[in-house]
Amino acid sequence: MEIVKLLNALPGAVSQGVIWGLMAIGVYITYRILDVADLTVDGSIATGGAVAAMLIIGGCNVWVALLIAFLAGMLAGFVTGMFHTFMGIPAILSGILTQLALYSINLRIMGNKANVALSVNKYKLLVSSRNARALSLENPLIVLVIFTIALIALLYWFFGTERGCSLRATGANANMARAQGINTNFDKVIGLMLSNGIVALSGGLLTQYQGFADVGMGRGAIVIGLAAVIIGEVVFSKVFHNFALKLLAVSLGAVIYYLVIQVVLWLGLNTNDLKLLTALVVAFFLAMPYWKAKYFSKKRESKGGEQHA
Amino acid sequence: MLDINHIAKTFNPGTITEKTALVDVDLHLNEGDFVTVIGGNGAGKSTMLNAVAGVFQVDKGSIKIGGVDVTGLPEYKRAKYLGRVFQDPMTGTAATMNIEENMALAMRRGERRGLRWGINAMERDMYREQLRTLGLGLEDRMTSKVGLLSGGQRQALTLLMATLRTPKLLLLDEHTAALDPKTAAKVLELSARIIEERKLTAMMITHNMKDAIAMGNRLIMMNEGRIVVDVAGEQKKRLTRQDLMGLFEKAAGQQLDGDKLLLS
Repeated sequence: MEIVKLLNALPGAVSQGVIWGLMAIGVYITYRILDVADLTVDGSIATGGAVAAMLIIGGCNVWVALLIAFLAGMLAGFVTGMFHTFMGIPAILSGILTQLALYSINLRIMGNKANVALSVNKYKLLVSSRNARALSLENPLIVLVIFTIALIALLYWFFGTERGCSLRATGANANMARAQGINTNFDKVIGLMLSNGIVALSGGLLTQYQGFADVGMGRGAIVIGLAAVIIGEVVFSKVFHNFALKLLAVSLGAVIYYLVIQVVLWLGLNTNDLKLLTALVVAFFLAMPYWKAKYFSKKRESKGGEQHA
Repeated sequence: MLDINHIAKTFNPGTITEKTALVDVDLHLNEGDFVTVIGGNGAGKSTMLNAVAGVFQVDKGSIKIGGVDVTGLPEYKRAKYLGRVFQDPMTGTAATMNIEENMALAMRRGERRGLRWGINAMERDMYREQLRTLGLGLEDRMTSKVGLLSGGQRQALTLLMATLRTPKLLLLDEHTAALDPKTAAKVLELSARIIEERKLTAMMITHNMKDAIAMGNRLIMMNEGRIVVDVAGEQKKRLTRQDLMGLFEKAAGQQLDGDKLLLS
């Protein structure tokens, strides 16, 4: 347990955290704003990675590759949205269906291979874990932070527009939204597309960072995304009230998550037990609001008028 | 202003929970009519209002609002013509959004929502003026989340939102039933004032026979999915509780059960 080993690992953990922070911002859009737990992300992050990897290998510019990864993710979100709104399948199942279908599609994208290498030696990549500790402009953290700030700014703008407000209303109270003339089904599809587009974009960055795309790279992504959302809220909700800062909290939540993981690994946790630990921690935090309401708050007196029927 | 032409609705047809909520409802409102709707539980009052609002599609008949046939239109498209206030104060507003954002959503009812800002400074001033008329001090709390307001405040806000753009028809579905008596009276008074000042066409469901008689220029009573009593004009003005009970017994051929109506 040399402290140097830990310190050496921390810069990489931060960069990885920022990439997953982008992904978690996508999860925030569905989970917090639309009030839908969208499991598509486990598949769409790998789709983003696969699309970006194959395009870059094929000679495509990294920026164009990322844009197309984003669009591919939106397409995945669109499919989930159609399952949910047009076919009336519960949101959580719709996501699971798309995720499963994407497994086959992702294999197809990668030419029927489960893993595609994308070496920073051979291609001009935006970010690479090789430079995680570099004290230069090559350090992936710079690009990733710029991505995060740009994304938060764009989402801050979007959710302030008429369409963005209607999306928020759809998530907050669908009955009210419809009574105000909002097509809630349309907004749900838009939200799912936006979310999965962002998730796939983060997948495209992750693939470059780690130097390969893998069909299984999205396994449990939703849980990591939720972990980031929840950690961000627990740590920063008292100080961050503005919408942009809430999104920043999500990104920081992902960084904290990866730092903690790095520490527990350094303390000797078996890597194979990582997902178990993550699931338990997220389950605990998801239970918090329920426990709080059940055991720690005064029971609300029912209003007399409610008995009128 | 509203034409309900012989509509019928059965929920869950062919199943064990099959329920015929509307047997045959035919109702025509003129511009400026303010109709109060009474009837026991399961009489079809809310179902009728929801049929007009497009919460579900009717099995038979047609519905026109201001001459426009809306029978096949989904709920969100009919919203253009309607202002709605619900029984549950939670239903009419978005709790996690603030007061001015809620009003801005209502201001855009029936309009295309694009990428312009969701709210601008000019409308903010207008909302402040409108909120001042409620006399609840909400004009100083425009950036407070609506979830922090009381039930009465939320209903008053919902009412304001429902009439921000003049609706062709205002639907009030027992909107004071979940409030304490004092607050209920205030919200009711506010409703009457807005309807009169803005000369709105309105339908109000109530469980309170006194209110139903005192308010509006027309009263209908429903029973088992039909309109069984329809009183308007001079007759409505002179109407008493006794008259109403007599009319009901004659029309429905059964004793009016006071408990069932929760009369007060």
